[in-house]
Amino acid sequence: MSGTVPKIRIRGLHKAFGSKKVLDGVDLDVMPETSMVVIGGSGSGKSVLLRCILGLIEPDSGSIEIDGVDVLALGERARDEMRQCIGMLFQNAALFDSLTVWENVAFGLLAKGRRPRHGAEPRLTRAQARVHAGKVLEQVGLAASVGDLSPSELSGGMQKRVGLARAIAARPEILFFDEPTTGLDPIMGAVIDGLIVDCVQNLGSTAIAITHDMASATRIGTQAAMLYRGRIVWRGAAAELLHSGNDMVDQFTHGRREGPISMELRK
Amino acid sequence: MSSPPAPSDAADGLPLPLRPIAALGRTVLALLQGAGSLALFGLEGLSHLLRPPFYGRQFLAAFLEFAFYSLPVVALTAIFSGMVIALQSYTGFARFNAQSAIASIVVLSVVRELGPVLAGLMVAGRLGAAMAAELGTMRVTDQIDALTTLSTNPMKYLVAPRLFAGIVALPLLVAVADLLGVMGGFLVATVKLGFNAHAYASDTIGFVQTSDVVVGLAKAAVFGFLIALMGCYNGYRSKGGAQGVGSATTSAVVSASILVLAFDFILTEMFFSR
Repeated sequence: MSGTVPKIRIRGLHKAFGSKKVLDGVDLDVMPETSMVVIGGSGSGKSVLLRCILGLIEPDSGSIEIDGVDVLALGERARDEMRQCIGMLFQNAALFDSLTVWENVAFGLLAKGRRPRHGAEPRLTRAQARVHAGKVLEQVGLAASVGDLSPSELSGGMQKRVGLARAIAARPEILFFDEPTTGLDPIMGAVIDGLIVDCVQNLGSTAIAITHDMASATRIGTQAAMLYRGRIVWRGAAAELLHSGNDMVDQFTHGRREGPISMELRK
Repeated sequence: MSSPPAPSDAADGLPLPLRPIAALGRTVLALLQGAGSLALFGLEGLSHLLRPPFYGRQFLAAFLEFAFYSLPVVALTAIFSGMVIALQSYTGFARFNAQSAIASIVVLSVVRELGPVLAGLMVAGRLGAAMAAELGTMRVTDQIDALTTLSTNPMKYLVAPRLFAGIVALPLLVAVADLLGVMGGFLVATVKLGFNAHAYASDTIGFVQTSDVVVGLAKAAVFGFLIALMGCYNGYRSKGGAQGVGSATTSAVVSASILVLAFDFILTEMFFSR
């Protein structure tokens, strides 16, 4: 894939829920093998943006291209196939309570609807998947024996690691992280961020992380963008986040009450 | 300072006498929309039963919940109901010297009505709530979205196996309930009321027809589908955290119970009204 063609290209993305405009013309390019961090306040549309790219929410208008293919124009089957190149770490890990940890990690590899793309892990038997899940758990710093536990027996940090293991198990080309450090103590947050960076680099994946944790944003991202009132209001290198020169970004990253961003208590 | 926002009814710009009619219209439209949404959900769920991939493990888990784990409560309900019918019909029929009809009353009541309806109501309370709570929790904790991201259609994985389990398992459960209900009546009649066991059994077997049993089991299949449908529908569409899951659970039990009773009338009218 040429480095000049965005892995993910979003143009004019709109989404409203009733009269509430959540995305109001989002334009965003994410180049291959970069980690884009999208920051923004609560309710700014970050999660909706990720869900639109994943096809979990249908946008009202606009285009989303992955590898130059407009995913919104694809049929359901082709979209399913496109989705197989994406791994997602949900905010609360979203582990399946009724399955063991290893079954969670290997769930995508055992999925009956899966048709692996080139370079991805092939579909495995249960025995193979169990061994593979053990290896992936070790990659995220957990012993393979953890695989026999139930998700409810794990701490929040361990659940996040298992969620990360599930996201990377099929070696996806694209990884999404939804608030990866929410609910974790600072040390565990840094550990998870480190694992995310390692996984993205080892897989050569393209990543989008959404967060409002500035420490996490600067650790995970190579690129960054800020979403405010449904629009991208700033983009640049993640290293510049804390001294961007943009009033909105500065107010947000430094947590100032005064500035161009006003808190909407009720609309 | 701006004036406070006007109430929505006033915002409609309708004269006061017309506002109740507008409210009624909105309610009817909302009901129709809900019914259409439920019908589409049910049809989509059923359509996944005909298209691979199929999830045998999910079906077996749901089948066990329906058929095996619901058995104690349904069995107890059936056996006590059969016993009560025998007692009540004896006290009533003794006034007309018609005690010999008790065996037929018990078997017909149980096989045609009480077996399917009581089993349906007990399972609606037990499993309708459990399904709605499980799927509702999965919805609000993003587990259903996670399924989609992992190449698994949630309707196929979560809903279709439960619908099929309901259709298959409830008739089996009702068949057991029928036997136990009749047995309850038999025990009361022979032990307490002094009936001859052989005569009572002969009356029971001689009076019940195959169609009574088959229609009772067909009703059970419909009830099983309705219970699973309402549990899945309410859970799958729940939102708003713990409170939303609680509301979904309540709605699942109430709506499934009402549908069981309504469809009992419709099916009885179709099959037994002469």
